[in-house]
Formats: sequence, structure tokens, C-alpha cells
Amino acid sequence: MSSLDRQLLSGDSAIALGALHGGVALGTGYPGTPSTEILEYLAQIGGKAQWSPNEKVALEVGIGVAYGGARSLVTMKHVGVNVAADPLFSVAHTGVVGALVLVSADDPGMASSQNEQDNRRYAVAAALPMLEPADSQEAYDFMLAAIEISERWHIPVLLRVTTRICHTQAPVVPAAPLPVKAPFFEHDLRGRNLIPANARPAHRRLRQKLAEMAEWSETTPLNYVLPGSQQLGIITSGVSFMHAREVASEASFLKLGFTHPLPLKKIAEFVRSVERCVVIEEGDPYLADAIRAAGLVVENKPEMYRFGELNTNRVKRILAHDVSPEPTRPPGKPPELCDGCSHHVVFQAFKNLDCIVAGDIGCYALGVLPPYSAMDCCVCMGSSIPIGLGLRHVLPKAEAKRVVSVIGDSTFVHSGMTGLAEMVYNPPPTGHVVVILDNSTTAMTGHQEHPGTGRTLDHSATGKIVYEKLGQAMGLEDVRVIPLGKDCAAFQSILVEALASEKLVLLIARRPCVLAAKHIREYEKCAPGTPATEVAHE
Amino acid sequence: MNKPINVVIAGLGGQGVIKASDILSETAFRSGLAVKKSEIHGMSQRGGSVTSDVRFGPEVLSPMVPPGEADFLVVLAPDQVEVNRSQLKPGGVLIAPDLVDSAKLANRKSFNIALLGALSTHLDLTVEKWQEAIHACLPEKLHAANEQAFAAGRQAANSLKS
Repeated sequence: MSSLDRQLLSGDSAIALGALHGGVALGTGYPGTPSTEILEYLAQIGGKAQWSPNEKVALEVGIGVAYGGARSLVTMKHVGVNVAADPLFSVAHTGVVGALVLVSADDPGMASSQNEQDNRRYAVAAALPMLEPADSQEAYDFMLAAIEISERWHIPVLLRVTTRICHTQAPVVPAAPLPVKAPFFEHDLRGRNLIPANARPAHRRLRQKLAEMAEWSETTPLNYVLPGSQQLGIITSGVSFMHAREVASEASFLKLGFTHPLPLKKIAEFVRSVERCVVIEEGDPYLADAIRAAGLVVENKPEMYRFGELNTNRVKRILAHDVSPEPTRPPGKPPELCDGCSHHVVFQAFKNLDCIVAGDIGCYALGVLPPYSAMDCCVCMGSSIPIGLGLRHVLPKAEAKRVVSVIGDSTFVHSGMTGLAEMVYNPPPTGHVVVILDNSTTAMTGHQEHPGTGRTLDHSATGKIVYEKLGQAMGLEDVRVIPLGKDCAAFQSILVEALASEKLVLLIARRPCVLAAKHIREYEKCAPGTPATEVAHE
Repeated sequence: MNKPINVVIAGLGGQGVIKASDILSETAFRSGLAVKKSEIHGMSQRGGSVTSDVRFGPEVLSPMVPPGEADFLVVLAPDQVEVNRSQLKPGGVLIAPDLVDSAKLANRKSFNIALLGALSTHLDLTVEKWQEAIHACLPEKLHAANEQAFAAGRQAANSLKS
């Protein structure tokens, strides 16, 4: 099959193929549903891709790539953009030399996320151009368009996708690859050093670029009208376009692919051309608010449809002004910790000891469900350690001594180390106990490598962070590695001792993920580093 | 109207729901049809409910089977039948897990493919395309067991019809 043949691809794979054909020199990111498969597929088809410890680092590496005149793809889920927001807002000001495309994979309906967040708001807040594909073909095409826009205006581009784009397979016909320029470096001290004297003109340059792009958005074929009935006009973007086309094929459509800055003249013309104009969009009323703020009269969806994904039924209801309660489906079986998962004994111990558990993001968040019900909070990546410290600072001594922070290995590398720094710097009077659940992989998102596994995205050997050495170097008083077995008693007795000690304790509870163990042994055979299984018996 | 065929495949994490929907969509794709396959995964390896929507025909717009409009509902786990029954349109066909005895398969793990075999007797897709898709989606060492399972599923469905 030649590369120009029709292929059946998920939106994630289509973005990766677009990146490959677009001459992306390096893809970086941190795993997160529904974005994870982009970099995995990019590596699989011969592109260069690597996992970073977290999204902020991934974006910063990408900025370096783009400062060097090359093309960069950075991928993450919606909440990852919160982590990367600091460099994102500033790189909008500095601009780039090569291309910088940031994929934000949003999860309306929260199939696998802690919040429902519409990252189109980031395009407005950070002042970035934004593209929203509606299927795999557009995911591919828009990846290429994003590279061109980024290089034309020397600005990062937000490629905003959602679960139903990322995880839907649909046919894609690839295009001719973009010509690639060799990376180069040119000094631009004023342009890229955001001291206030430079940042002030940088902000004006950024607004000037946006004004030019707003003009361009009026004529780009990324935004187009599908003429139909004059009685009903629908303004829509992303997968909502597909739902709406299916249920209202007779309507006129303004299909927006380039959704920031918006083509307000084109929108005004469309609104005037129809008797009734409805905005159909998933999540926040981003389009509806912007269009109404421009003084145009359009219908927004009722508030109840802000929550969850849209589908054809919900679009029908929106068009019919139907706000009656929606039919609910019988609940399915909730997920649970796998049989043989090493986390079982840890959560059994927490339950037995009635611990107050500050939890974190990962498979082990399932510890909140029966039979353990042993997690008291789970807010965002890395939050377990500082939240546990906060609780320890204020609770009465007897309660404070029951507080434990629990965090997975990948999450610890992502954003747990600053929590440990806080713990050493501002120790609570009762000390604190942190448990790293080290299952030697990023299990939740499908077993990705990270800097603590000592293997790269493609599972070859590389440098490795050793948590026990790190904990000692950071000044924790008691650092222990506990190889986990099936019996809870051994772990529980160490935990009892740690809680009673009133010291700063780091317990590394180690056993490879039961689903990944076989693969990990194979990788270790091919790429010998420090075997996860061996370290467990130190 | 160019209405697509709507298939929902349901089961529990680890049963091969997504692999089955991969093979169905690959078969439709290799038959030259428009196809969209959509599912929610992420928690799917943790034993929870998993469903995958496959739509194919001359044109497919929304990637999700509209609620209550599945022409076919293929269910891999007995306790997932009632949970998903409302997906089926009136007169739609349920391919239930009791149709095939997994003990009679060369490899019990091919149960998902056996139910695809049963589904295939209702669809206008050739056995050759199904076979191509099975080969494309599974490693070679599993081809024989899965072809046997596919044939067993076809036989079970056909014997029910006659």
C-alpha cells in the first residue's frame, strides 16, 4: 500500500501521520486519554517521538525545537494544558521560527478525566490561533494546515480535538508531504527574552498577528458554508458538525474549522442569510458567546447540554427546544483494580488503619471505590503530597497522624518532586508519610514508559530516576523500598511504624503492574538497564 | 437516505470488544464502504463495561450509533445484555453470548471473533473480506484459531436460522 492510499485511521493516528508528512522533527508529550496514541503512532510510523516527565516540559522542549527552525508537535490531554499553561502564554508572546503545534485532546463527558474543561478558552486567553477538526480526515489535513499557519505567522497553533475525534476510526486520504527546511539558529535577544521592556512590544506584535489572522479566517476554506434551507442555519465546529448534519441535513451550515480568531464578518453574513440560526457546539458556549458578543442574534443550546458529549439525539432536542429530562441508560459495570494488581494490599492497609488518604491521578484512584473506599481526595497530578501536608498542618494530632499521601510512579515523576521539596522545607509537626506506588509503568493510560522506568517511548534503555536515591538526596529522614507481595501484613506493619514515627517518610511500594509485567521482562531482556524486578529485592 | 448500518459491540474490559470492532470496521473499509468506529476507552482494561460503535455504508456522519438505533447488538458478556438492550432499534438483531459455546472453540479467547462470525451471516460483506480483516488485525499465530472461531459462529447463527 503506498502512502497516498486511503487508510482507516483514528483521529490520533491521523494527527501523527499529518505530523510525519508535515516534516515534524520531534513530537513530545505526556500520556493522557484521549491523546496518548498520537506519539505512539508517530514513533511506530517512523517519526521521532518521546515522552516528557510532564506537559510543561514537553511544551518547553517543543519551544526549543521551534526556536531552532524545526517543526514541533506537542500532545497532551485537556488538563495537561493547565500544567503547560505557563510556557504556553509566554511562547505566544515570543513567537517561533519553525512550527509549534500543540494538540489539546479534550474529554467532554469525562470518560477518563477528573474535570470537564473546554480548552477552546485557552486559544482566547493565550491569544493563539485554533483549529478544530471534525473527523480523521480533517485531523490529518488540519495538522498540515496548523504547521503552515504556525510558520506563516511565527506563532504556536492550538489543534483542539475531543475524545470522539481522537478515538474514532475513519478513512483518511493522505496528501503530498510538505517540503522541509533544515534547522538553524539565529539570535533574537529582544524577541525571545521576555523581560518587561521586550514583552510589551511582544504583546503588541501578538495582537497584530491575531488581527491579520482574523482577516485571513474570513476567506480560508477551513471555514465554509454548506448552503441549504433558509429557514434554519446551523453554526458548528468539531464533531458536533457531524451530529448536526445527520439530523438536519436540510439546514444551511456554517462549518468552522479555524475557530480562533473567528471570521465574524462571514458569521454575520451567514446569520443574516437564514431565518433561524442555531449554534451547535459541545461543552462551553464558546462560539455562541463570541457571536452574541459581536451583536448577532443566534440561539445557544440550553444549559443542560453543556454537560457531557453531544450526540444526534441531543442535537435533535436542542433544535426542538426540548429541555425535558433525558432518558438515562442503565449503569454499566464500573472499572476496578485488576486481579493480582499490587495496589490491592496497599489500599487494604489504608482501610485497615482508617488512614486519611490524599490520593492522586492513576489506576489507584480506583481505590476510592468499594471494597476499599480508601481515598479521600484526588484533585490533579501531583496534588497528593501537598494536600496531605496541608491536612497534617491543621488537623488535631491524632487525626494528622493518620494522613498518608499516595502517588503512582509516573505521577511522582510528573509533579511529585516539588511536593517532596515542600515536605522537607515545611515539615508538619507530626511528620508525614508518602507512599509511591511503583508499578514500573504509566499503567492507567496503557503502559507508557517514563523517566523512572529507564526506558524511552520505544522501550529502549536510557537514564533512570531512582526514587529512593532521590528521596535521600532531598533530605527525607526515612526512605524505604518495600517489595509488595500478596500479603498485606508486611506492608501494613511498616506503614504503622512510619505513621507512629512522626518523621518524614517515603515508602516506595514496588511491584510491576500485573498487565505490564510480561512486557517489562521482555524489554529488560532486549534493553538491559536496572531491572524493576531486581530493584524490588534490594 | 444513505443510511448506514449501525452495530454496537458490548462487553467487559479484556474480552476483546475493541478488537472485534476493529475487525468489523476493517472488513467494511476493505469492502470500499464509508466507515466510522468509535468507542470510549481509557478505563477499558480495568474490567468495566466497554462498548464500541461501528457504522458503515455509502456515507457516515456522526461517529456514534444514535441511541436506540442499532441494527445489530453484539454482546460478549451475559451481564451486559440488559445494560445495552436499549441500544437496539425495534426489530434489531441481538447477537447474544449464549449463541456460541466458548468451550468448543480452539481458543476461548477467540469468543469475540466467533460472535463476529454470527454477525457476518446478517451482513452484506464477503467472507473473503472478513478473512482479510482478521489477518490484518491479528498476529499470524492467532489466525487459525480465529478463523475456526469465525466459522463456528457462522455455523451457530445459520443453524439457528434454518
